[in-house]
Amino acid sequence: MDVLGRYRNLIVLVGVLFAQVLGLAVQVRRTTDSEPTRLIRIWAVGAVAPLEKVLVWVETSTGSVWHNYFYLRGVRAENRNLKQQIERMSLEQVRMSQDADQARRLQALLAFKEQFISRTMAAQVIGSSGSELSRSVYIDKGESDGIKPDMAVITADGIVGKVLRVYRSTSQVLLIDDQTSGVGAILDKTRLQGILRGTPAGEMVLEKVMSDEAVPAGEMVLTSGGDGIFPKGLLVGRVTKVAPGNELFLNIRVRPAADLSKLEEVLVVTRIDERQAQPDQAGAARAVDILAERLPTVPSKPENAVKADTPAPVAPSNPSSDAKPKAVSPEASSGGAPAARKTAGSPSSSPGSASGTSLGTSAGTSSGNAATATGTPAMKVSPKPVKAAETPKPQPAVEDSPH
Amino acid sequence: MAITYTSGEQVEVYRFSIPATTLIPLTAVFLQAWLPLRFPFFTIFDLPLLVTIGFATARRSPLAGLLTGSVIGILQDALTHHPIGLYGISKTVVGFGASSLGIKLDVEHAGARFLLTIVFYAVHEVVYFMISRGLVGLRMAWTWPHELLSGVANAMLGVLVFMLLDRVKQRT
Repeated sequence: MDVLGRYRNLIVLVGVLFAQVLGLAVQVRRTTDSEPTRLIRIWAVGAVAPLEKVLVWVETSTGSVWHNYFYLRGVRAENRNLKQQIERMSLEQVRMSQDADQARRLQALLAFKEQFISRTMAAQVIGSSGSELSRSVYIDKGESDGIKPDMAVITADGIVGKVLRVYRSTSQVLLIDDQTSGVGAILDKTRLQGILRGTPAGEMVLEKVMSDEAVPAGEMVLTSGGDGIFPKGLLVGRVTKVAPGNELFLNIRVRPAADLSKLEEVLVVTRIDERQAQPDQAGAARAVDILAERLPTVPSKPENAVKADTPAPVAPSNPSSDAKPKAVSPEASSGGAPAARKTAGSPSSSPGSASGTSLGTSAGTSSGNAATATGTPAMKVSPKPVKAAETPKPQPAVEDSPH
Repeated sequence: MAITYTSGEQVEVYRFSIPATTLIPLTAVFLQAWLPLRFPFFTIFDLPLLVTIGFATARRSPLAGLLTGSVIGILQDALTHHPIGLYGISKTVVGFGASSLGIKLDVEHAGARFLLTIVFYAVHEVVYFMISRGLVGLRMAWTWPHELLSGVANAMLGVLVFMLLDRVKQRT
């Protein structure tokens, strides 16, 4: 009895530690998050989240008043620039709609299934996990808003992560640079697929790319759709460094396109539709005609192109050129990845075009993604169909299609 | 004979009011979750750890220290996506150690507090590293420069946090 009293503190310490180790072991063994654990998390999130929401609201309101009513310096110049930008983009849109029509016809010939981000929900980032080793954030939308686990979370710049846990009015989002995160990814030009993982240091590495492949630094990394969470073709980031890794694989470092350390607003993808591509025009188009349309011609004026019933000849596209995510080039919508680049990178929208609605629009906006296909058919459609016309060897998938 | 580095007169035992006991740890966990959104560099700090050390050294009761550490740690764990208990165990050990050392050392001076925080930050990181690798199987990277920098940064912030805690602690 005297011994118990003398070592009371030590005994309590061992007891508390043992209980926690036991709890850890149970959690590690379990594959699902069951009630007792959830309860502690619910309490903790319930205690912290309301304060975070209030602070974010105050901050946003103050910032809104300041920027909308007081700090208006340079607004006229910005407005003028934006108008010019809209004019430029309208011209681009006309060109791209031609390419999109053509892409849809080709996809229809191949029974190509598209994935459309048909519904998104805007959410405010209100808090983080507070730990360097757990890269996750909290958003102000939860179960009551229709959020479910494993929904993709994106920004206009690129993908952010996936919904991990859902509470009543908040959700926890696991960021793509967390070490427990994994995203199916594909390199834009080389079309090599791999798995994108976070490292303990917060960097991102593209794994499972064989070391005999050549991957240039600066190449864009897109989602491959293989993980079943992110639709194919969304921008992930860019390759920053390529080095020989362990065993047979390359060590490819990737910098995320979205700034994951300064997230404010994100979009939760609440619905993805999958449907077969439908050509706009009635009747089947001949593959030869489709390819002929790609031949270099003099670009027509956009006004004429809009009024014309039939697609006007479009400017020659250079399939090998590097289109930047935000500078949409005419060839961007022909194939899988380039169209998606535009979708993920451009803050503007192109209404009426199935391939170009921006992800950066507000909640509930339909966002199309012409090139987000699943499965092997995606590989059959060349992202650069012009090559078929330029090279002596025609593309078999197009030539063999029924007319 | 037990060796102490403080005279009997120097060893003061303090207590905290119930609002302070509940609100200060909650505020620390809240700030730890919120500030990194505005200031990404803040993730190198561990405010809940500093509060654990501050409470433990002031109360000088190992039992209170380990329980405070365990509650704060579990609360912190609940906001991460990792299993609950990683921070809990680490802060339980720190709470127990800091309060046990607080009995023997004079921790009223800024220098002593600075060193104490560095030591217990290291203890915390080692325990966390061992548990997360050994028990949970997380991939962890130990980088000395980062740990040293974090230790010093936390110790500097710790001196300020302890000064704030001095204002709310009450002599028993």
